[in-house]
Amino acid sequence: MTRYSIFSLLRNALNYHEDWPRAWRSPEPKSSYDVVIVGGGGHGLATAYYLAKNHGITDVAVIESGWIGGGSTGRNTTIVRSNYLWDESAALYEHSLKLWEGLSQDLNFNVMFSQRGVMNLAHNQHDLREISRRINANRLNGIDSEFMTPQEIKTFVPIIDLRAGGRYPVLGASIQRRGGTARHDAVAWGYARAADALGVDIIQQCPVTGFQIENGRVRAVETGKGTIEAKKVGIVVAGHSSVLAGMAGFRLPIHSLPLQALVSEPVKPVLDTVIMSGAVHAYISQSDKGELVIGAGVDSYVGYGQRGSLPVTEETLGAICELFPMFRRMRMLRQWGGIVDVCPDASPILSKTPVEGMFINCGWGTGGFKATPGSGWAFAQTIANDMPHELNAAFSLDRFRTGYLIDEHGAAAVAH
Amino acid sequence: MLVIPCPYCGPRCEIEFSYGGQAHIARPEDSAAISDETWADYVFLRDNTKGVFLERWVHAHGCRQWFNVARHTVTYEILASYETGAKPPKLDFVTQV
Repeated sequence: MTRYSIFSLLRNALNYHEDWPRAWRSPEPKSSYDVVIVGGGGHGLATAYYLAKNHGITDVAVIESGWIGGGSTGRNTTIVRSNYLWDESAALYEHSLKLWEGLSQDLNFNVMFSQRGVMNLAHNQHDLREISRRINANRLNGIDSEFMTPQEIKTFVPIIDLRAGGRYPVLGASIQRRGGTARHDAVAWGYARAADALGVDIIQQCPVTGFQIENGRVRAVETGKGTIEAKKVGIVVAGHSSVLAGMAGFRLPIHSLPLQALVSEPVKPVLDTVIMSGAVHAYISQSDKGELVIGAGVDSYVGYGQRGSLPVTEETLGAICELFPMFRRMRMLRQWGGIVDVCPDASPILSKTPVEGMFINCGWGTGGFKATPGSGWAFAQTIANDMPHELNAAFSLDRFRTGYLIDEHGAAAVAH
Repeated sequence: MLVIPCPYCGPRCEIEFSYGGQAHIARPEDSAAISDETWADYVFLRDNTKGVFLERWVHAHGCRQWFNVARHTVTYEILASYETGAKPPKLDFVTQV
């Protein structure tokens, strides 16, 4: 791997940037691997990277049916934060945020992590109480979290209308200043390149069609490019987790729902933070290209069609226009719906499965992007040691039987 | 936007309805005697079908009646709607995409 640096940039400038090597190889799959990761999104690639880096397991293949980062990894609102309510989530997401802070250096790839702050607005007395409770919980867990009065909000974000047309008055907000955004594609590319450099095979356009399971233990993965034997298999396929679990013969407490986002035409810098409002199902930030990136809610019904329903778009944009009257004449460039796995308690599953040697990482719902590094870190350890990392021990498949749910609906709301 | 045929009111826009998840799930009898596993299955496990799915809807902003719908979860085509308690109609449709 050529290291990216100012010197490699200069050297390649002399050649008019025509001799950059490929960032990762495109090998044909071998007939067997120690570990096969199904799913080449951010979480899958991060898992492969940390398997190689932290655990020295380099005989790894990442199998992706489409292309790297072509699913929700490349289509999300790129928000990174860790201000979750419960201890278990706080630990996992905070570990992830700490990895984000050094990720560009670690991967030698600029993931454009920008700690511009993430605000959660309160629109009524109940929101205010909920936000105060979460701020206190965050601080007890060592996570930065502050309360902002309406005046402070107006100073920080001058374009906001605190009255919001009378429909969504802003009474306060929480802010996590270490939160922010990152370039989503760069995360997939950075992990792919770094994992590839450590010997991981990244195999694209290779759909998984089934599993060979003998005596309750996974033996091989059936793919579009033939049978690949594997000692261990990690399934990281947000959106289609139930389908893959079905192939392996177990069920998951998961609903697949379409989640929408929208991007506006690019404009000059106008919003330098991330604003979220769980109560009105809307969140907004401005990308470095100048586009407003707007996240909406999920459809209420199960759906695998990659589009969202129009009433959801309308509700979100209605709220955005009330909060930011100057955005009323903005035009949207594109809209999309990605399929997200939602668990009954709005927390993920990073767990062993009823099939020996098979592990699953799913159920991140509407907020998996922020967790990419931490999720990969913990899942890699779970696969390597055949037992969960302390960060994800609570996020087991078993919790639905024991009742130890991690109910993040309150803290996560829709803007997870 | 879905246009959902309420068996009582006829076709209406989806914003008049609320979703009730998978249809035809029976609460286990004698729930005190069953294992935690069976109970967890009943409470949390639902089919997450990619294909034709039988699901419950309530006409919340209309007649407020619950009923069942057969809908394709990829094309979002609604193939049938029928009253709660009725057997699902025979559907001439491939169930997997």
